[in-house]
This record gives sequence, structure tokens and C-alpha cells, in this order.
Amino acid sequence: MFDPRISIIDDRLSTIDRVIAVVSGKGGVGKSVIASTLALLLAKEGFKVGLLDVDFTSPTTHVVLNASGLQPIEDKGIVPPEIHGIKYMSLVFYLGNTISPLRGTELTNILLEILAYTCWGRLDILIIDMPPGISDLMLDMLKYVKRAGYLIVTTPSKMSFETVRKLIMLLKGLGAQIIGVVENMLMSGSTEYIRREVEALRERYLGGIHYDTSLEESLGNVEELLKTGFALELKSILQNIIM
Amino acid sequence: MHEWALAEAIISAVSEVADKENFKEVKSVLVLVGELQQVDREVLKFAITQLRPDKLAKTRFIIRVVRASFTCKACGHKWPFRESVLQDWVKEAIHFVPEVAHAYIRCPVCGSPDFEISGGRGVWIAGIRGER
Repeated sequence: MFDPRISIIDDRLSTIDRVIAVVSGKGGVGKSVIASTLALLLAKEGFKVGLLDVDFTSPTTHVVLNASGLQPIEDKGIVPPEIHGIKYMSLVFYLGNTISPLRGTELTNILLEILAYTCWGRLDILIIDMPPGISDLMLDMLKYVKRAGYLIVTTPSKMSFETVRKLIMLLKGLGAQIIGVVENMLMSGSTEYIRREVEALRERYLGGIHYDTSLEESLGNVEELLKTGFALELKSILQNIIM
Repeated sequence: MHEWALAEAIISAVSEVADKENFKEVKSVLVLVGELQQVDREVLKFAITQLRPDKLAKTRFIIRVVRASFTCKACGHKWPFRESVLQDWVKEAIHFVPEVAHAYIRCPVCGSPDFEISGGRGVWIAGIRGER
């Protein structure tokens, strides 16, 4: 017996020029806000962009985008709805506000289902918001979306970087493409610790984003979000790398 | 219809195997469709007929539905999917992503959402008969 979904994934993604997975070792580092804001910035620059929320048990990108009341269309596959110029796919369309406790095999099945049957159409860039850590879904991404580039997010905390170090080692060991590391939530007394550690691993430190007290209030209001210091710093960091 | 996307995946997988096995002709393909996904068998069959390449023009596609069942990981209770009473929109959600069942179905004995889909999930290719 074999699973026909695996044979179609490359075909489905063949209309997408570039896949960027936003990843971190720990949760709470701002990965989903960065993934969503990056998608918004790219759409504003005129790119054809998609955003896929793979944090299946705790999706949050819909909160950033204020993507309520949307539904994918069924047309020879699943066609993602468009919001703020982004083709957007999240399990939240099917879960609503219900809780979805899921084990590893189930998470893999959902990823395969979405990769195999979502019809993205022509995209310049697909941003994937990954769950934190290096368990099932990270391994599945490495297995099924081999051409993804990884944008790694950390905070200035040594604890955060301790997990990012393992993530970098995993990605390097498997030959995955690492775009670089973004340091989020820089505080006034932040040190050069993260830059030094990233460079010691021979990876690219892309830059730091300062902790922005106006960010929380702007979530769900994309016009306001794009005016925040957070969005401006993210744009300046990634301008020459992704845009 | 989602069935068209399933048909595309089936054809892609069968073509891949046929090439790998150097089949001159693929005689028949046995496709198992899990009850949980509530795939419309006739639409799937029609979509396969419409989408298949010349190489599979004479292939007989046999589609069988496999009953879906659950096993509770908390108390061990086993029960069939057909006992679940679900609203149409929930059935529709499960049709697209079967694991969504975990958000809407609970073990009838202990109420846990921690159950295994022990059968009848998704679409599988159970056998391909070909001639070299």
C-alpha cells in the first residue's frame, strides 16, 4: 500500500518560485508575526505571495492578518482565499475556535493533505509559518519540501539561542538552505551574544529587531502593523535578502 | 471538487510506479478510499477517467471504500465513524482534512479527543497490476 499524496507534492509546489519557512527552536519568539508581516511586506512590494500556517495545534497568523470569515474554495483541489494580497492557508478555516490536540502522525497527515491538495497557482514566494522545535513537522518539511529556505528567529535570550543552535545544526547536517538568523525583541541592554554565536556557526546574522511596545495593539490591523518600528526594521533587514 | 485533486494524485502515483516497474501496460489499480473522508466515489472515478494519460487509458481503476474506525488512546474504547452524528459543515471540514475529526469527535466512553484513526483514513493505492 502506498500513499498517492507524496507523488503530487512537487507538482503542486512547482508553480512557486521560492519557499521560505520561518522557524525557531522555541515558541514565543515572534515567528508568526514575522512570517505574517514578511508576507504583507512582500505583497505590498508587488510580489505574488502565499502564507501557509503549519502551526496546526496553535495557529495564530489569522490573528495578525485579521483573517476571519474566510474559506478556501473547492475547485479541483483547495484554492486558498486571498487577504491583503496574500493567498492564505491555515487549518483554522476548518477548526474555527475548537481545540485540536494532535499527535505526531496526525500532524504529518495534515501537512501531507495540505501540501498535496492546495492549489496555490503562480507564486513568487510562499512563506511557511512553522511550529517551534525540531520534531515531526520540521522533519516532514525537510523530507517533503526539500527546496525550502529557512529563516531562523531567535530572541536575545541564551535559552532561545540554545534551541536555535540545535536547529541550525540539524538543518546544516541535512544540507538544508539556511537564509540566516533574525534576532527579535532586542532590549536596550542587549549584547552582541547572538551575532557572535551565529557567526561562530558560520551562518548569517541578518540583524536585530527592537522590542516594540506598539506591536501588540497593531495585531489584526495590517495598516497599523506595517507602520510599526517592528515592521520597518524587519523590512530593512530583509530588503536585500528576500525582497 | 476535491475529488479531482485526489484523482490527480492517484494518476501521478500510478504513473510513477508504472515507469519505475517498466510496465508496458497497467492492467488494474486497486484504490482504497477511507470512509472518514467521505469521497464521492463516482466523482473520483469520473475525474480519473478524464485526467488519465493515454498510457493508462485501458487501466481498470477499482475503488473500494474502507470503513472508518477510531481507538481511544485514553481508555482503549473502539468505535466506528458511522456512529458519529455530525453537522454538514463538520463533515465538509473532515472531507478536506480528516484529522480535523479530532476537534469535533470525542470518545463516546471517556470524552477524550485523544483517539487514533485506526482505519478508513485517506486514499491509498493498495495494488497495481501491470504487464512488462
